Amino acid sequence: MKEYTIRTQKIKKNTVKLRLIIFGSLAVILLLCSVFSEHLTPYDPYLQDLSCAKAPPSAAHWFGTDRYGRDMLSRVIAGSRASIYSTLLLVLIITVIGTCVGVFCGWYGRWIDTVLMRISDMFLAFPGLVFALAVAGVLGGGLQNAIIALTAISWPKYARIARSQTLAQKEMTYFKAARLSGSSTLKIIIRHLLPNIIGPILVTSMLDIGTMMMELAGLSFLGLGAKPPTAEWGSMMSDARSLLTTVPWVTLSPGIAIFISVMIFNLLGDTIRDYADPKSRR
Amino acid sequence: MYKYMVRRLFQLIPVLLGITFLSFAMMRAAGSDAVTEMYGEKGAVSQEIIDAKRAELGLDRPFAEQYFSWLFGMLRGDMGTSYVSGRDVFDTFASKLPATLFLTVLSILTTVIVSIPLGIVAAVNHDRVIDYILRFISFIGNSMPGFFAALLLLQLLSIRLKLLPVISDGTSLKSAVMPALTLAISMSAKYMRQVRAAVLEELNKDYVTGARARGVKNSIILRKSVLRTAMLTIITLLALSVGSLLGGTAIIESIFMWDGVGKLAVDAITMRDYPLIQAYVVWMAIIYVMVNLITDLLYHAFDPRIRQGNLQA
Repeated sequence: MKEYTIRTQKIKKNTVKLRLIIFGSLAVILLLCSVFSEHLTPYDPYLQDLSCAKAPPSAAHWFGTDRYGRDMLSRVIAGSRASIYSTLLLVLIITVIGTCVGVFCGWYGRWIDTVLMRISDMFLAFPGLVFALAVAGVLGGGLQNAIIALTAISWPKYARIARSQTLAQKEMTYFKAARLSGSSTLKIIIRHLLPNIIGPILVTSMLDIGTMMMELAGLSFLGLGAKPPTAEWGSMMSDARSLLTTVPWVTLSPGIAIFISVMIFNLLGDTIRDYADPKSRR
Repeated sequence: MYKYMVRRLFQLIPVLLGITFLSFAMMRAAGSDAVTEMYGEKGAVSQEIIDAKRAELGLDRPFAEQYFSWLFGMLRGDMGTSYVSGRDVFDTFASKLPATLFLTVLSILTTVIVSIPLGIVAAVNHDRVIDYILRFISFIGNSMPGFFAALLLLQLLSIRLKLLPVISDGTSLKSAVMPALTLAISMSAKYMRQVRAAVLEELNKDYVTGARARGVKNSIILRKSVLRTAMLTIITLLALSVGSLLGGTAIIESIFMWDGVGKLAVDAITMRDYPLIQAYVVWMAIIYVMVNLITDLLYHAFDPRIRQGNLQA
């Protein structure tokens, strides 16, 4: 029986590594696509050519063309810049802000901790996208404002994790030893604290990439993110949705692009979680 | 239990104050108030008239004073009038709320009917083919943005098969099918995972092994012990996911032209109708907080361990 369990665990560990490699490289490919999007587009994504407007998918235009005759494949590739790049930027911003606040709260404690945690309670009291919608509405449209809106609702989660991790680490012997040996606060935080708490935070942020991508695209879809003619998947879908009956490919191709990207990042997130914490795997 | 309830209710006060304060402060930060909206288009209104109007509406008073007068007004159901339609904001909001609640309840029901049985089936058949298939489906649903699912459903059910109307005509059950289904897809996918995890955790406990060793039938263990204990977690998780549902209705309602508060909010945002946005944010948050409160209290009331005071609340 014991022999058997050990063996199955070993097999699973191997698949985790394999999955990590596969999904990791897929994510890297997506990233490279978004970074070098300008050089990958077969046509100019903003070039209008009314003579071949609304053309269905063909050998010349793999994803067809939209109502202005713009090549959809080029637009989807160009849109990866706004969609993937800004999602990653968003997740990075949230992680950094949340971690800083959380470490600060856990480190100093006392009244500043209470105040900041009560503030995070307030943000957590708003359901889902409701507060983000309002923030984006007040600030007006634009990708930058959509990022600010989503940052406003998402940082408390990370602050919570970082704070509880910091509190737990503070009780550890190595931590007390570092303080006794007279290291400066900054040195303890950077050299000792961060490496020990960053794991769970990074796993959470990897798992969040997919959700954030959907929410950012959702805001753009409502016209609160990137504005047309900028190629962004959410706004491209919204732009063409009145033509769903006649030219479905214009709506569907950016939709499929979002779907596949979210799926890849979700798979990567799940795999990283399994890798970091084999117990959670079921 | 009674003590816990009182403490929980007191904890609510700072949260509610925070919600209202944040919403109020945000709209102030927007840099536009009722007066600028009122006179903005006419352009050449003298500064004296603007100042007089501001004094009349109390906009020249200190920020904190404005906040409290707004707060007390809100408690009486007075949230000002819409910049665009000139109608009472609270009445407008209240008249659209039932449609959204109807949609929410409908999609929660669908989610429950779909995901609880499937989650249990996946947990019981852990690591078998059916588990993998169900996990795969749940994964697909999880990675699908709501608006994409909505457009796919539109394309399939309304345009190809012509089963349902493309645009809802009021709030009939027939036009509620597609928006409710869309909301239920992503919610079921997420929720099925949670049900599966909850049941699986219970199945891995020692008492299940014990019962099996004593020869109790699997179906009886499942029905009498496992599901009964897991159900508590399952119901709690369902109530907690109401939050993402309330936020998600905005996009779905505006796609399907469903006449609820979500569409109202999106329209208000495009028109920069701040009092309406404010009402939407505040009331959705209050509803959410209340749902969480009730869930929490029910959880404590139903868990015998906590009810008898063996465990710290």
